[in-house]
Amino acid sequence: MRPPPPWAGRRLGTEPGDGDALSDGFQVVGKALPRLDALGKVTGATRYADDLSWPGTLACVLLRSPHPHARIVAVDTAAAAATKGVVAVLTGADLPVRYGAIATSQDEAALASDKVRYVGEPVVAVAAVDEVTAREATKKIAVDYEVLAPVSSIEQALLAPADEPIHEGTKGNIHRLAALEFGDVDEGFAVADVVREDVFFYEGSNHLAMEEHSATAIFADGQLTLWSSTQAPHNLHRVLAKVLDLPMTRVRVVATPHGGGFGGKVDPAAHEVVVSKLAVLTGRPVKCTLSREEVFYNHRGRHPALMWVRTGAARDGQITAMHFRVALDGGALASLGAATTYYTGALQPATYDIPAYRFEACRVFTNKAPCGPKRGHGTPQPRFALEIHLDKLAEDLGMDPVALRRCNYVRPQSRTVNWLRITSCGIEEVTEKVLAASGFATRSRRVGHGQGFAVSAYLCGAGFPMYPSQLPHSEVGLKVDRGGVTVFCGATDIGQGSDTVLATVVAEELGLDRADVRVVTADTGLTPVDLGSYSSRVTFMAGNAAIDAARKIRTLLLEEAARTSGLLAHELRVGDGRFGPLSFEQAVEAAEERHGALSASGSYAPPPGISGEFRGSAVGPGPAYTYSAAVVDLDADPTTGEVLVHKVWVAHDIGRLLNPVLVRGQMDGNVYMALAEALMESQTYRKDLLHHPSVLEYKTPLATDMPAIEHLYVETIDPEGPYGAKEVGQGPFLPVVPAVVSAIHDALGVWVDEVPVTPEKILRALDARDRGALGRAGPKRFPAVPFPPCIKVEPPHAATARV
Amino acid sequence: MVRLRLNGEDHETLARSGETLLEILRERLGLTGTKHGCEVGECGACTVLVDGAPRLSCLVLPEQLADAEVTTVEGLADGAVLHPLQTSFMRLGASQCGYCTSGMLLSAKALLDEHPDPSNAEIREALAGNVCRCTGYAAIVDAVADAAETLRDAP
Repeated sequence: MRPPPPWAGRRLGTEPGDGDALSDGFQVVGKALPRLDALGKVTGATRYADDLSWPGTLACVLLRSPHPHARIVAVDTAAAAATKGVVAVLTGADLPVRYGAIATSQDEAALASDKVRYVGEPVVAVAAVDEVTAREATKKIAVDYEVLAPVSSIEQALLAPADEPIHEGTKGNIHRLAALEFGDVDEGFAVADVVREDVFFYEGSNHLAMEEHSATAIFADGQLTLWSSTQAPHNLHRVLAKVLDLPMTRVRVVATPHGGGFGGKVDPAAHEVVVSKLAVLTGRPVKCTLSREEVFYNHRGRHPALMWVRTGAARDGQITAMHFRVALDGGALASLGAATTYYTGALQPATYDIPAYRFEACRVFTNKAPCGPKRGHGTPQPRFALEIHLDKLAEDLGMDPVALRRCNYVRPQSRTVNWLRITSCGIEEVTEKVLAASGFATRSRRVGHGQGFAVSAYLCGAGFPMYPSQLPHSEVGLKVDRGGVTVFCGATDIGQGSDTVLATVVAEELGLDRADVRVVTADTGLTPVDLGSYSSRVTFMAGNAAIDAARKIRTLLLEEAARTSGLLAHELRVGDGRFGPLSFEQAVEAAEERHGALSASGSYAPPPGISGEFRGSAVGPGPAYTYSAAVVDLDADPTTGEVLVHKVWVAHDIGRLLNPVLVRGQMDGNVYMALAEALMESQTYRKDLLHHPSVLEYKTPLATDMPAIEHLYVETIDPEGPYGAKEVGQGPFLPVVPAVVSAIHDALGVWVDEVPVTPEKILRALDARDRGALGRAGPKRFPAVPFPPCIKVEPPHAATARV
Repeated sequence: MVRLRLNGEDHETLARSGETLLEILRERLGLTGTKHGCEVGECGACTVLVDGAPRLSCLVLPEQLADAEVTTVEGLADGAVLHPLQTSFMRLGASQCGYCTSGMLLSAKALLDEHPDPSNAEIREALAGNVCRCTGYAAIVDAVADAAETLRDAP
């Protein structure tokens, strides 16, 4: 086997310079400093994708399918093309090459040609001198559809298709099946004192990023450039090269300042492909900005998930086996659904030490807007199910639910039954902190008031890329000279502050102020590759790559300072703009005089050995894991079913707190979005039409709906994170949803096994209890899914379980 | 031809019939600081001030603006001197992706101009027409309270 490259999981130390010089500790890291792009955002100067304009730009409007499922018999665009002001009209025949976010799922066409699979699927694109002209022209397009029976639900998708499968070449409408078994699950259930089964449902939802997707393409001098509000410019670059049959060298993708992603802008989108093709054809800039309704159709949001979980435990609470089943409603396309499918099963053993674990998953196609990655990608649904299931198991055992969890917590420096490598792990500490701060154990008990506790794990970046590759996941270039310091990286700041993180770590290594570091990011023509803003990977991976690059320059500058002073490098002090006796500028000049141009590169990829070797093992492993715990305090009204959340305490194992302002923002945003999904948001359908394709009808929390939030941090100083830091973009979301549902049970004594929890569901559960039935609202059963036999995976031996 | 009194300056521009203030600001006058998130008055991203009161520019037609003074985010600072709301938003992290920020700032300014010492609930009420997906509103509410304090302490 080839030895791993030096940048795979390289440990760069947990302090500036890894102790190569004298230091007064961190100068920038850990301080509560504003984001570097804040000024543009508060003055309106930041130029988002739709704020960009070029002279002579054509407006592109997409004609979309009115049918959930239909064959396209004929498309007549002649009248539209003949309209004054229309420059080009595209149909599916013009863009025959299929694509998709991940290498194994290339099932998308920018424009439908043979059939449509969901309402809102793009069919024809019109480019005209302005948007009004283009929109009017789309009305002259005649599309002859032969309507097919739509598939509307998971259950229906599991039956034989009424007309034909949604995708050709598939038997029925099952997209993916997975079945894995780690250890002897039957034996684990056989030795259990208590075995419990539950069924749960988690509704789908949209990201609702405030910025609607927008893209502009220009084809000039044989080069295509696309400016777009994408979260993954590198992947989009690859897709455009493929679909337009252009070499990678002729395509450049610039991710513009971003008005919110949350996973909704990870997939390559039809309009991005279409404006690129139109720019190539017309030689003019072409722009397309989606309306809010179109964003709902483009979707790629949370998968609705039906789940069944069975757990066996000894009388003392020790889990002996777990069996988890999930059926995901994927909507009409694959998207990142293959990854979603495995994510629903991967992280249960990263939270609890489950000695034997069986995981069966199914993702189906339905004639709905495609689901994809949304914050937490495939893990909020099972987290909700698992935590509530454990609450109920604790009831069965007559145990305190927190005590049940604690006796099963994973340990630091261990390997899970599904081969995930756990290094730093603050699960005990986050539990301790959140319990102490909330007073959970001594909470006041009265009808209608409750508190709920839950805990969770998340990964710091996907351990494997979306296409098979041994190359770095993040690359950084650093230019240092008389003109200053510029860091180049493909990382994409989607509002989380990754540009600020890059400047922070480079400033820290070079003893500078953050404002002294220029940041150029997310431009595939200028910046080295970074795989994108998804899976909570950017601080960990791009942060490490940036430290790697800056460390090389730091070493050169220290050498010059040592030479000048006659001292050894480790006797010199770096910081406050100085390298020992030299100012930063003097050190740079001396180094430039000796070496010529100063530039350095840094790279990062996760280390080898963080996963097992079985089909599906590429989804779930990350180079590190974060742990979060939450307590939610609320009132639930037994007469109206209304829920009023008073306060959320959330504790997070951040590794190291790089910047409290940015971290707090992610914590707040996670709590907000989780409360939204727990109590309000749903992307649902009525008579095969999207129920709420507008901001007004799609219920989402406003400023008046949000409770107080208390943030608690645990610093576990991860051995491989940048200065020990870990992710915060998704982890703190996860415990909040089950904590809400658990608190409602604490308040009213009934279980709502389905989110969002609405007043109707609470009243239904109360009504059931009053009628003498089980005080519960939620799905009744898990459907019959033709799961294949499990792939049996030998768990790590006790000897290798310590890492 | 549309006449506007905008951020203290007089503007004249052509406009189609039915063109909204939002479109005129962004597409005719190049003032792209005012954002669109829904185009139908639901999200608050396009909030501007009309005679000091918050209005959704996607629902305002220029004919409704005779002799009115319109303020957008570009008109919030006094030259190079930022409004205290802007400095508080920056310092406390009230702007993440920043797409709701201009609307938030103007809704908040209208509040503080009327109520220099608002309660937490009054701040939340004043911002309830502006959707934000990043911050959970927490840092925004903190920043508005912080700016209110700065403004009260100003000589």
